[in-house]
Amino acid sequence: MIEVEHLTKSYGQARAVNDISFKVEKGEILGFLGPNGAGKTTTMRILTGYLPATGGTARIAGFDVFEQSMEVRKRIGYLPETPPLYPDMAVGDYLAFVARIKGVAAGDVGKRVEAAMKMTNIADRKDWLIKKLSRGYKQRVGIAQAIVHNPDVVILDEPTVGLDPNQIKEVRKLIKDLAGEHTIILSTHILPEVEMTCDRVVIINRGKIAAIDTTSNLTTQLKGGERVRVVVRGGGNGLPGSLSALEGISRVEREGEASGDLSAFMIESEQGTDLRPEIAARIVKEGFDLLELRAVSLSLEDIFMQLTTEEKAA
Amino acid sequence: MNIGVLTLSYTNVAYSDLEELFPMKSILAIYRREMNGYFVSPIAYIVIGFFLVATGLVFSLILSFVMQSAMMAAMQQRMGPPPDIDVPMLVIRQFVGFVGTYVMPLLLPMLTMGVYAEERKRGTMEMLMTSPITELQIVLGKFLASLSFFALMLAPTLIYHFVMGQFSEPAMPWRIMWSGYLGLFLLGAVLIAIGSFISSLTENQIIAGVVTFVIFLMLLFLDLTMRNSSSAVGEVFKYLSILQHHETFAQGVIDTSSIIFYVSMAALGVFLTLRNLDSMRWRRA
Repeated sequence: MIEVEHLTKSYGQARAVNDISFKVEKGEILGFLGPNGAGKTTTMRILTGYLPATGGTARIAGFDVFEQSMEVRKRIGYLPETPPLYPDMAVGDYLAFVARIKGVAAGDVGKRVEAAMKMTNIADRKDWLIKKLSRGYKQRVGIAQAIVHNPDVVILDEPTVGLDPNQIKEVRKLIKDLAGEHTIILSTHILPEVEMTCDRVVIINRGKIAAIDTTSNLTTQLKGGERVRVVVRGGGNGLPGSLSALEGISRVEREGEASGDLSAFMIESEQGTDLRPEIAARIVKEGFDLLELRAVSLSLEDIFMQLTTEEKAA
Repeated sequence: MNIGVLTLSYTNVAYSDLEELFPMKSILAIYRREMNGYFVSPIAYIVIGFFLVATGLVFSLILSFVMQSAMMAAMQQRMGPPPDIDVPMLVIRQFVGFVGTYVMPLLLPMLTMGVYAEERKRGTMEMLMTSPITELQIVLGKFLASLSFFALMLAPTLIYHFVMGQFSEPAMPWRIMWSGYLGLFLLGAVLIAIGSFISSLTENQIIAGVVTFVIFLMLLFLDLTMRNSSSAVGEVFKYLSILQHHETFAQGVIDTSSIIFYVSMAALGVFLTLRNLDSMRWRRA
């Protein structure tokens, strides 16, 4: 459905997007993961035909995004980072307007607007002025706007940013519901969001693809192994040595953060193992007071550090 | 009857062909949204209100002034035949001249300042530019909406003339009135096209409004300084002065060169806006 090959976008000397290639199959949800300024928005804008690329090609449903922009635009729905809303319009009127400029036939406008409102669960706000809506509703109107013409591809730029946890949950569920019928690209800088919603992930850093894989592969691969943080009373002398002797433990490190008479350790085990019971048993057996034991997932920053250092090594 | 039906079906065919090349539907969608936008914004009502108050005041002042001078002339010539003063014609000319030269350049920037600037600030420009419509459709839809709004604003001032016409002796010079209003309408089209272009240059509608106003003011000064010049340079500037041309309309002369001048100036404004929207794609970070 979407084919991107060697896509490049330069602003003067700076390369916002540098030789990106990937494919998205029909009905898939692809996540763009990366820190702010990584080139996610630029890539999306090129796909929507808003920005021309400096080099490379991108095709949506077989149409080149630059050469056949109009055909592409008919087939995509796009939610920019800030939802493109007219505050003085009522929700229903706004969606009807968008449907018209997206080329929905005059007779189908009403039907499509109803469908989009039902899908995004905003039918009860049809006659509300957009400026009176809460942030969560505005975001949903933004998504309704992106699907009102029933496009093949839906592109969502940071769809959950600025929402409260409940709204985030709703929007994520909505995105999952949209998949299958639509092919979806969404961008985010939140790792759990990708894990929860996407089938595949493209990790972008400084305009380049750092990794591309299915979500489950990538998360386990990125974690590299399980990490457990333990806190014990006392100095914990001898504990690292004792734990390292356990089968499957690759590294034990003392953490400087613990205060008073507490000691904290970060324990890394090999990939795909869960040694928490063994670790707990060993600590208790050695006579330490175990105060805390928890599995630690890598933060996005850690992942980026890993990816970038790995690339340098290679 | 038959002919009417035939024509109707013929235009339907032509319409669907046209739709392929140049979808009117999208222009109409933009146009309707823009008009609705005007009617929900307080600025538009302020502009209309101020325009009607200002023009009403100016009209009555001009009317009483012209009548007074006519009466004075009549008194001075008590013995001879009544003086040949066409009061309605003088009133129309002075009114059209004043509205075109002072009122419109002052108020029209307020109508156009937000047209693109607000769209850019809200991020809706991105939505429009990723929709299957061309920049030309966006620009035309918006231009026609502003122009219609201006026409709606101008139309009630016709009442002043109709009222004056009721008491006019000799009969009203309607031809002069209509050609004067045609001049105002065309001048409005030019000012709107320029103002819209300036609005497309910025995300800040206040900046757009102020810059538009300053440019109109400069046009006015240029017009006033060149008005009495008879040098070759002065003649060129006189031709180029946007404000000057509508006065020929107020003489009752529908001058083809003036119409061409106005239409091409408006087209230039629309074209520049179009180019600017296009270049925004290439510039934007």
